[in-house]
Amino acid sequence: MDYGLLSSIIHSILVASTPLVFAGLGALIQERAGVLNLGIEGLMIVGALAGFATAVAGSPLLVSIFAAALAGAMLASVFALLVLKLYANPVATGLALTLFGLGLAALAGSQYVGQAAPQVAAWNLPFLSQIPVVGPALFSHDPLVYLSIFTAFVIWWFLTKSRSGLILRAVGENHTSAHALGFSVRGVRFLAIICGGALAGIGGSYLTLVQTPLFVEGMTAGRGWIALALVVFASWRPFRVIAGAYLFGSVSIIQLHGQALGVSIASQWLSMLPYIVTIGALVIIAGRNDLTQKPPGALGSIFRESK
Amino acid sequence: MIMIEARAVIRWYHEWIAVFIALLLTAVTVSVLLSSLGLDPISSLQRIFIRPLNSVYGVSELLAKATPLITIGVALALGFRAGIWNIGAEGQLVMGGLCGGAVALAFWNIDGFWVMPLILLGGTLGGLAWGAIPAFLKVRFNANEILVSLMLTYVAILLLSVMVHGPLRDPTGFNFPESRLFHDDATLPKLFPAGRGHLGFVFALIFAVLGTWVVKRWHLGFEMRVTGLSTTAAKFAGYNRDRTVWMALLIGGGMSGFAGVVEVTGNIGQLVPNISPSYGFTAIIVAFLARLHPLAVIPAGLLVALSYLAGEAAQLSLGIPAASTQVFQGLLLFFLLGASLLVNYRIRFWRVA
Repeated sequence: MDYGLLSSIIHSILVASTPLVFAGLGALIQERAGVLNLGIEGLMIVGALAGFATAVAGSPLLVSIFAAALAGAMLASVFALLVLKLYANPVATGLALTLFGLGLAALAGSQYVGQAAPQVAAWNLPFLSQIPVVGPALFSHDPLVYLSIFTAFVIWWFLTKSRSGLILRAVGENHTSAHALGFSVRGVRFLAIICGGALAGIGGSYLTLVQTPLFVEGMTAGRGWIALALVVFASWRPFRVIAGAYLFGSVSIIQLHGQALGVSIASQWLSMLPYIVTIGALVIIAGRNDLTQKPPGALGSIFRESK
Repeated sequence: MIMIEARAVIRWYHEWIAVFIALLLTAVTVSVLLSSLGLDPISSLQRIFIRPLNSVYGVSELLAKATPLITIGVALALGFRAGIWNIGAEGQLVMGGLCGGAVALAFWNIDGFWVMPLILLGGTLGGLAWGAIPAFLKVRFNANEILVSLMLTYVAILLLSVMVHGPLRDPTGFNFPESRLFHDDATLPKLFPAGRGHLGFVFALIFAVLGTWVVKRWHLGFEMRVTGLSTTAAKFAGYNRDRTVWMALLIGGGMSGFAGVVEVTGNIGQLVPNISPSYGFTAIIVAFLARLHPLAVIPAGLLVALSYLAGEAAQLSLGIPAASTQVFQGLLLFFLLGASLLVNYRIRFWRVA
């Protein structure tokens, strides 16, 4: 076995998966609060453009990430307004968000097509990155890879260990009861949508800042939808989102290496793999009959104070 | 202080007032966007929305674009009423185009009046099969139909690409990813001497009428509506939810497939890697603009088709990227959804003492 190749494959799997980790966590935090947001794809591409535009203008990485998060959060606030204040149908509003986001990014991004963003330097973690094979595969990445794992840890801690996280879950399970207990259902959901939008934006920016330092119309190519499927696959748990994302990342990398290794079938067949695997995962998960792995009780329902 | 309260009775004009307000707000927002780009909004709007319709050619193009939007919009209106979110109409359209196109190519050197019905049937069955997959997975495994039908859209587009780059490529076409041109018996007749408007538009109109009939007169339409409004009520009435899922997705798949084969045989005349500028997704907007009334899908489809022409006109005469179409469509859907508050609720203003 060629260890150098193995370590570079693992490295590229992590790079391919990181946008899905961010976007999946962004969808997860909203769904645990009972909000089904089908606009992740639109939030991602807007984040991708915002991150790219700032990077091309010469901003440091931190500013680009912040800009992507801000763009995602701003677009998500439109969703929040429609769903929480105007009682709009959440499924259709999410779709509108995706269509609008894709169009907006294509329109505003047309001036950036053909430009390249500066390369993001890797952070070689001290000592760990010196370990042969494992070091270059896992511990010499750009800062966003570490940030994605840290975010999952923070969300896990927030949901399971903090009082605010408990309130958020209560709102997601049964908004009527949570409201009766005096919690602000709208307030909690608004914050969840904003955070989710910001995370989806960061996920999108990873595409343009690290994966391919270019901006192309529609470059998210369904990753926002895969992220939504991942949350179901992960039965609404943050660490399982990471595991799922890495699994999907592996599938897309196998597809690339398959071509390099001279698998003689049309590349499109291999490109179908991530989508088919997603369908397979959805079927397997939906067939499970375990009460601890069910979706949040109030997911996708509209909240109104009863008079 | 502003208060909102649920309406006891929803009258028909509440719906159309909301639609009108949404259109107005979209027009205002687009004007603001245009002036922010340094353009005069009134003359620009006139240039991109009115001028394209000033000729037979323009109207014909409008009908060509409205054909798939109306056909799919009717099917989605029925499905959405039942609360089944078939988001993969785009994939079903592509499969319809691919399968119908494959039939047309199989008869590439055989003429006959019977070729065309066979092609249309092939396309419809292709879309039907693609719609049956999420229906089966939903009924059998309770897999989410939104995500499954959407993933299948990406698969369908890749499948079309494989076929056009490989088995269905024109053998005399210098390796371009295009099929042979369909012969006359395998293409739908044009409606006008200019432009691409074709017989498919007439089919679309018939579908809209049939859809209205299903919703208003058929028990099936009633059953689907009840299921969409309340699954509990549907259960008590003894309605079979699985049947509703199947019907919604098979109607959606079949009609989207039909729209696909009509697009390929009426408009394009051959198979190419990209047969639809997201008609399947845009039809979702059409269905909502029509407030899920099949007959209202006709004007809604024409209006949204105009947004495609407007996008092209904006690119040609104002130098704005064609993606402005999507922005316009997204805005319209936002405002429609927001304005639906006015249908179900009434807003009262009064002063706090």
